[in-house]
Amino acid sequence: MLDGVIAGLTTALTVQNLIMVVAGCLIGTFIGMLPGLGPMSIIAIMIPVAISIGDPAAALIMLAGVYYGAIFGGSTSSILINAPGVAGTVATSFDGYPMARKGLAGKALAVAAISSFAGGTVGAILLFGFAPALATVALLFHSAEYFALMVVGLSAIAAFAGTGKVAKALLMTIVGLMMATVGESALFNAPRFTMGIQDLQSGFSFITLAMAMFALPEAFHMVLDPKRSRRGQPSGGEIKDLMITRQEAKAIAPVVGRQSIQGFLIGVMPGAGATIASFLGYAVERNIAKGEEQEEFGKGSIKGLAAPETANNAACTGSFVPLLTLGIPGSGTTAILLGALIALNVAPGPRLMIDRPDIFWAVIVSMYLGNVVLLILNLPLIPYIAKVLAVPRNYLIPFILFFTLMGSYIGQNNATELLILVGLGVCATIMRFADYPLAPLLIGFILGGMMEDNFARAVNITDGVSFMWERPGTLILLIVGVALIFLPAWRRRRAFARQRAQVRKEGVADGD
Amino acid sequence: MALDRWIALIFLVICLIYGYAAFHYPLLPFERGMAFLPNTQPMALSVLGVVVALVILFSRKAPTDDEDLGGIDIDEVRQFKIGQTLGLVAAMVLYALLLRPIGFLAATSLFIAGCSIVLGERKFHVLIPIALVTALVIWYLVQETLGIYMRPWPWFIDN
Repeated sequence: MLDGVIAGLTTALTVQNLIMVVAGCLIGTFIGMLPGLGPMSIIAIMIPVAISIGDPAAALIMLAGVYYGAIFGGSTSSILINAPGVAGTVATSFDGYPMARKGLAGKALAVAAISSFAGGTVGAILLFGFAPALATVALLFHSAEYFALMVVGLSAIAAFAGTGKVAKALLMTIVGLMMATVGESALFNAPRFTMGIQDLQSGFSFITLAMAMFALPEAFHMVLDPKRSRRGQPSGGEIKDLMITRQEAKAIAPVVGRQSIQGFLIGVMPGAGATIASFLGYAVERNIAKGEEQEEFGKGSIKGLAAPETANNAACTGSFVPLLTLGIPGSGTTAILLGALIALNVAPGPRLMIDRPDIFWAVIVSMYLGNVVLLILNLPLIPYIAKVLAVPRNYLIPFILFFTLMGSYIGQNNATELLILVGLGVCATIMRFADYPLAPLLIGFILGGMMEDNFARAVNITDGVSFMWERPGTLILLIVGVALIFLPAWRRRRAFARQRAQVRKEGVADGD
Repeated sequence: MALDRWIALIFLVICLIYGYAAFHYPLLPFERGMAFLPNTQPMALSVLGVVVALVILFSRKAPTDDEDLGGIDIDEVRQFKIGQTLGLVAAMVLYALLLRPIGFLAATSLFIAGCSIVLGERKFHVLIPIALVTALVIWYLVQETLGIYMRPWPWFIDN
């Protein structure tokens, strides 16, 4: 194995390949910042370029750079303008954007970069050690377990809902699940609930929905309430506090540690991927955070930003386990990379590690190298990237609106999509004023399709719903899911009881 | 009735319509014998949705009547620039309708310039160059670099 690692390293560290990775990172970061172009589409766009390079190692190294660059770019637009262009960075905007509004954009970007890096590093180490063993475990997951995993993901909305908002969050999740049933699906023979509208044939598009739920309400809110946009740049767009203090580093270290392992394990399971990893990571950290820190979540908590960023990067690395060892792509991005590998005359699968160890390790090393270069390249660039917020309001808002429009247009090439976007955006703005959380709708929409597919498959296989209690894995996951819904209520009760007891004892409560 | 209950009421109606469509879903003949039908999950969802919407509608705790509305004061709402916002929404709708006929370059520069003017920008010597340059740069990036087709010119120029 060590020979392979060394071979991979020597391939990756040539001058030509280093230039490739730097170029890839830059291209990925800048294109990834445009909402609507996630890692998947950027890699797809770059494949012809990569293939024309000819040398498989160099091509893969460039694609790795593009991949990590695009992920970082996606986090950037989530943090700076609340426009997550990829499902995997939706959770990043929950706390990243509030931080940027507090004038901590530079710090938020730095935390994002560092926790992604840490997630990628731990992921790579785990990949080195456990790839073959994990592949067999991943195969134990059947559709029943996937369904249960989706239920866990959905009940994690309990973590997003604030006090007294659980019913609203549930309603929004259900609406999201309903929206996911519109259009064609893999399992059935006819498109459903399109109301005869041709443009709904393929369902709502994720990008359109993400833009309508996050970016547009924020932009409209900035217009409605001019004070809000001024509040966003307290120091006239100057970037202060780029450095992370020792205290903050101490606070996020355990989060990063836990989430890189959890994210990696979720990423290993085909089909779960970075999106679920980031939502679950956020939910878990919010639930184990204590008292005041938990209150901070959603208002600019540094932990709440570090958790999804770490988890999604670790999961990205994890998704290479099934790709490289089984030849099964676990996510859209790895599916496209699989295409690129095949075009470069490399067939991933169980034999790859034995037949072509040089390629196997070169891919892993280059993935990691992309991560390192990204950190070195982007940390100094952060002050300039964050300057986006210093653009005067009269120009910033038109640009945000334009990029949201472009985002949903590029994906579908369909002007009706833009009208759907505006309509949903206006509805979302009104719902936001009524205190309806918008994230659950999007999460329901993302997980809805997968959940129905897996549930249907499980029901078809066992001809009933008995799999729910007959398969131990499914049962455990479902219990976790139910527990997640009730956990916040139970914690609140406990905290309340404790507070009362303490007040009775000494009059002052000094927290948890 | 507070805004959030009105919204719950609207969702209740949506769930009922969706439920009607789900329960009257026209199954294909061979689908009837399947264990999992195309309307199995939709039926469950509509029932759940109706229940949760009713819970919000009739929960005893009066929500957000006197509290702030999502972080904003009721008094502030009166000072909101609703006109400007509606202007931007109109601009987006116009952009959606005009993008194909008048081409990407004209539609985009008009959109950016129009939005800035709605927001109160009056420095035309800055505004117009910025709008034009943005449209050109984005078009170049999307069409030439990324290879995603965007029709640049209006309908009467053949392209």
